[in-house]
Formats: sequence, C-alpha cells, structure tokens
Amino acid sequence: MGEIRITTPLTSEALKALKAGDEVLISGVFYTARDAAHKRLIEMIAKGKELPVDLNGQIIYYAGPAPAKPGYAAGPAGPTTSGRMDPYTIPLLELGLKGMIGKGTRSPEVVKAMKKYGAVYFGAVGGAAALISRSIKKVEVVAFEDLGTEAIHRFYVENFPAIVIIDLEGNNLYDTEPPKYRYV
Amino acid sequence: MREIETWLIKETVKDLFLKANYFAGEDLVCKLKEAKEKEESPIGKSVLEKIILNAEIAARERIAICQDTGMAVLFVELGQDVHIVGGDFNEAINAGIREAYNEGYLRKSVVNDPLFDRKNTGDNTPAVIHIEIVKGDRIKLIAVPKGFGSENMSAVKMLTPAEGIKGIKGFVLETVMRAGPNPCPPVIVGVGIGGTMEKAALLAKKALTRSLDRRHPDERYAKLENEILELINSSGIGPGGLGGRTTALAVNIEYFPTHIAGLPVAVNISCHAYRHAEATI
Repeated sequence: MGEIRITTPLTSEALKALKAGDEVLISGVFYTARDAAHKRLIEMIAKGKELPVDLNGQIIYYAGPAPAKPGYAAGPAGPTTSGRMDPYTIPLLELGLKGMIGKGTRSPEVVKAMKKYGAVYFGAVGGAAALISRSIKKVEVVAFEDLGTEAIHRFYVENFPAIVIIDLEGNNLYDTEPPKYRYV
Repeated sequence: MREIETWLIKETVKDLFLKANYFAGEDLVCKLKEAKEKEESPIGKSVLEKIILNAEIAARERIAICQDTGMAVLFVELGQDVHIVGGDFNEAINAGIREAYNEGYLRKSVVNDPLFDRKNTGDNTPAVIHIEIVKGDRIKLIAVPKGFGSENMSAVKMLTPAEGIKGIKGFVLETVMRAGPNPCPPVIVGVGIGGTMEKAALLAKKALTRSLDRRHPDERYAKLENEILELINSSGIGPGGLGGRTTALAVNIEYFPTHIAGLPVAVNISCHAYRHAEATI
C-alpha cells in the first residue's frame, strides 16, 4: 500500500482525494487539543470570544504530549481516544475544522457533521508515541499554558504517519475492516 | 523485625516507574512478534510492526513507550516483620513517583479533583496504593503505570451464580467488543472473578501484573483464559481496531472466594503497552 503525502492546511481537492484506508504522511502544522482545551474552546465560542487559534482549514490532533528530553524537538506524543471529544466537535467543524487525528470510534452525530462540513478523520497508531514523535520537528504552546500537557500545542510535522479512518463520503474503516476477520 | 528506610522505598519506586515506562518486557515483545507473524490483515500487520518498532525506539532512547505514562498504581506486599523507618511510608512512595515523572520526562496526567477543580497536580501524584500484609521481612513493590484509554473501557458486573462460565465469557467478550479500537488493541485483559464488587476490580488489576508467558496455575482457570482469548480474537477488531486476528495478547484471570448469592466479575483492560515492573527489597 502506497503512502500519500499531504500538506496542511488541507485544500478541498486534497480532502476529496482521500479514501478510507489510505495511508498518509502529513507535513505542515497542526494543533493539539484534548478534553480540557476543547471545553475551553467551546466555552469561548458560546461567549462569542475569538479563539486563540484559527481552525479554518486546520487539523486538530487529539494528543497530550509527554515532555521532551533535552536534545529532542518533541516528547512522545501518540493519539488519545477521540470519542471523548465528540461532545465538543460539531461547533469546531462549523468553524471550518477539516481534519482530526486520533484513535477510536466517533459518534454517529460527529460522522454526520463531518460529512456535512467536509472533514476527514485520521487515525494514528495508539501507543506508538516514541515512533510518532520522530515526525514532530518543533513544538510551541499557543494557548492555555496552565493546562500543562492539555494546553494547545502547535506541532510542526514532517511525514507524520496516519491512516484515513473516515473519509468525506462517510466510509469508515472501523466499520468495514473488523467484519472481514470476524468469526463469532 | 527488619528495618527498611523510606529512602530505599522512594528510590525503588522511582526506578520501577522509569523502567516500566521505558522498557517493554520480554514477555510482551515475544507475544507481539508472534502475533505479527500470524496476523492475516495487512493493516493489522503494519500496526503490529509499528508497535514493535516503537518499543525498540523507546528502550534504546530511554523515552516513554506511550505519552500516556499513566496514573501510578502500586501494589505493595508488606512483610509483617518489616519496620519502616526514616519517614512517612506513603510520602516516600509519592516522592519516588514525583522524581520519576519529573526527572524521567514522563507525562503528568493526574488532576487533583475528579469533578470540580480538575487541576493538574503537576507531578503525577498521588499514587493509587494497594497494600497487602504478608509473611516475612521484605517488601515487594509492583509498579503499574495505567493509561486511561484502556482504563476507561473497563467494567464490573455482578452476575448471578446461575450465569456461570457462560455469563463470564459473555461479559468479557461484550466489554472488549464495546471497547473496539479505543483501548489500543491488541489488549491484555485482566479478569477478576469472585469476592465482592471492589475485590473483583482489584483482582482484575492485579491480573495485569502477571507475565504474559504464564497461565493460571489452576488448569480450569488456565483453560478458561485460553478459551476467552480465542473468543476475543475471533471478534475481528484487530491491531489498532483496524481489523485482524490479534485483538488480545492474553487473558489473565484471578479469583477469590465469594458469597453464596453472587458471581462478581471485573474486566480491566490494558493497552498493548503492558507496563509492569516489580522489585523486592
């Protein structure tokens, strides 16, 4: 299986070309956010405040990195379970978020909204944090520094390995693959 | 009576949490390699390759296998002839954890209050400590840094005696199936059977400290472990939940006597980063 190289911010043509099951290498910039940062973002949206990052056309990586050892650009940073962010996701899709990287299932509501707003869900290998961190070249904290690992980090990545789980047509690898190997 | 100084407890706890977070055990690496050879799914095989490579990188570079370096769970088997001197026992354990997580570049993942404040404690303390008093004049410490992707997928159920073996198998399978890709399969499934509700949960956690090459010494339970493993691996969930024959690497059962009216069962799931390290001082 060949790997497809994509660059952020994601264009609608690039998004359209991605199919569930495609292995991709992502280069450019994306933002980390997990439970606590999502909660704050949604509270800010509700109050009509400007967000600390412009999410239009961007990717959010559901991750809370470990600290970097001296000499390392980034600490181990694998994906966290995406489903916990489902209650916060739709307002971000409305703001133009085009990609999410994580692991695990999404709610039917989120999958429907992804189709509506044209966003793709990528999976990274959960627990392969040391390997994944090699593709992270620079890390900056851009918001909510007080949250520690849960702060919003800007990752500069080169060939970050991921797989398309849910594409624009709503094809979902978690639905299509396991039944092929099911014997119960 | 043998005296053990708290500084030794602190240093041992620190070493164990560093070791557990950096080095995948030989038992785990063996199982992963076996699974990779047998895996039918191309995506599944590719995920297993990445997991094995990741463990090699982490060990070589002394960095965390997974960024979720867990909540620190510590099992203590405290010999009744030990006298702890030189400070506070619990504080020594937490100091060991504080140093491991601060000095070892491990993630601090603990919040002070689960519901209202949710403020990060900044040093990954406090630990969850389980103490058992045993014979002898030594202390055995078993460190289990527990990630929450898999912890969140765990469950307890109070079955009735009539539900028996079938009920146990059904509940374990149902729990793993419901978890799907979320707990980072291939998983290790700890199952606690018997006791009371909290005892079953504790047994399930303790089951996750057993080496993967060991089956239960009681052959009936060993057989049940193998049968449940086969059942889980027929689910098709596969590595990373992306399809395949490797959904679990092992099922470890621990049991305890229970009440005439009950059959408690707890399922504690560990991700493929099956981290546990122990030492006796």
